[in-house]
Amino acid sequence: MTAIPTATTTHLMTINMGPQHPSTHGVLRLLLELDGEMIIKAVPHIGFLHRGVEKLAEYRTYHQFIPLSDRLDYVAPFSNNLAYALAVEKLLGMEVPERAQHIRVILCELTRISSHLLWLATHALDIGAMTVFFYCFRERETIYDIFEMVSGARMNLSYIRVGGVSRDLPGGFLEKTRNFIAEFPARLNEYETLLTDNPIWKKRTVDVGVISAEDAIDYGLSGSSLRGSGVNWDIRKAEPYSSYDKYHFTVPLGKNGDVYDRYRVRIEEMRQSNSIVHQALNILPRGDFIARIPNITLPTKEDVETKMESMIQHFKIIIDGIRPPKGEVYSSIEAPKGELGFYIVSDGSSHPYRLKIRPPSFVNLEALPKMVEGRLLPDVVAVIGSLDIVLGEIDR
Amino acid sequence: MDNETIVTLVKNNFPEAITGSEIFRNELTIIVKKEYITEIAGFMKENKELDFNFLSDLCGVDRVGTDGVFEVVYHLYSIYKNHRVRLKSPIASNDPCISTVTGIWNTANWHEREAYDMYGIKFDGHPDLRKILTPDDFEGHPLRKDYPVDGRQPATLTEIYRKDETEA
Repeated sequence: MTAIPTATTTHLMTINMGPQHPSTHGVLRLLLELDGEMIIKAVPHIGFLHRGVEKLAEYRTYHQFIPLSDRLDYVAPFSNNLAYALAVEKLLGMEVPERAQHIRVILCELTRISSHLLWLATHALDIGAMTVFFYCFRERETIYDIFEMVSGARMNLSYIRVGGVSRDLPGGFLEKTRNFIAEFPARLNEYETLLTDNPIWKKRTVDVGVISAEDAIDYGLSGSSLRGSGVNWDIRKAEPYSSYDKYHFTVPLGKNGDVYDRYRVRIEEMRQSNSIVHQALNILPRGDFIARIPNITLPTKEDVETKMESMIQHFKIIIDGIRPPKGEVYSSIEAPKGELGFYIVSDGSSHPYRLKIRPPSFVNLEALPKMVEGRLLPDVVAVIGSLDIVLGEIDR
Repeated sequence: MDNETIVTLVKNNFPEAITGSEIFRNELTIIVKKEYITEIAGFMKENKELDFNFLSDLCGVDRVGTDGVFEVVYHLYSIYKNHRVRLKSPIASNDPCISTVTGIWNTANWHEREAYDMYGIKFDGHPDLRKILTPDDFEGHPLRKDYPVDGRQPATLTEIYRKDETEA
């Protein structure tokens, strides 16, 4: 453990980094105490985006919360939808049709790629590599086109429902996705030629923001930020959900726990995600895209328009909501940023009694002072980038 | 390690501290007296068979309306053993305080600050117990059930962050 350095100059300078600063990735304010260019103390201030989502959840029915979950980590809405839906499904003790599970996997892995692309683009831009930004956004655009085909929206998708997904995959989806995943590995190699062996990139990232495996666990890091320190923990492997046990993929690990290792881990994760999507497209079974359980899942649009019973069922679910049994569950998934958990306490009514979100970015950001204290000011930018935070889910 | 083995092991070591346990949807909840929370949390982490090295989550729950208590809920996970447990500790609502677990898991720091901000639960021995999400001038604890969902305070952000400028 490195000791907190003592000042060498007579005047310590305190500066505000953020809340309006391009490299804080949102409204994060860091209060930095500087000795020359060296950081003596870093204190993050958060909460500028606090909307009280957990409070709102207590006044919404279980279905009504889905659109709110989109707005947590807004660059990975499918993962948020899925984590929430899985928690409610666990509370209800219900099964999801196989086709829906595989559709969820395809979309969540595409989400992981798009989230990691945004991370790579902005992280590289922060450190000064501008070209990567344009390349990443080009590929991300294709993924967003796919999302638009599926859900009708580009950002706040709300596609996943309790019990399945809102509608079946549209025509042309498989072809477009196949084209994307066929092309993507070559694009990834292209990014790597720009960065991986680039001496400037390495000077900015190798041995910067180091955190040991023990400290990473102690600070509660999860996702790629934890695996960069060499801890082999991926919820998709440890506690498989949504049929992840049927897929073959490896969990990339770093060694030193520095910014460079976290970069390598995420790059490799995109390759693995690409391969998972490829496998999923090949084994995607036919069948229902949502469980058919009256009182819980919404009937199809077609049935609502043609059948009296379905219309009543639809009306009852929308107005009354679903009523899970009394009890409490915690369910978490491997979101692009780490362990995204939902803790739901039900009192048997149509609203959650308490809903707690365990956002990965919130916990990952907590370790930032540990990584930057005693380092130089420019390293803060590199370390924030490597943690891949989104303030939407930190502040909730 | 399965749920029954965990609960027996903990009960055998702390017979006087455990007031109950339940298993719902294959998730184990152990209810702990608040005086023993640091001791039990330390045991959960240090015991080689349990090895709960990862604090997933920590939060408060408002049960004042029904039971007159706040609950502090800890979600523990073991990365190497791959098992989970939930600890729950009820604390009286007229004096909501409990010992901190920051000495056991550093990650508890921000979670406890959040529970303090949202419910007004005080964590004794916390190194830096400040509000975390709400603004400095914000009054009350928004996740308490008696706090209204609508209405906003203070009226504008200018009142908080630019107070000096408006006074001048």
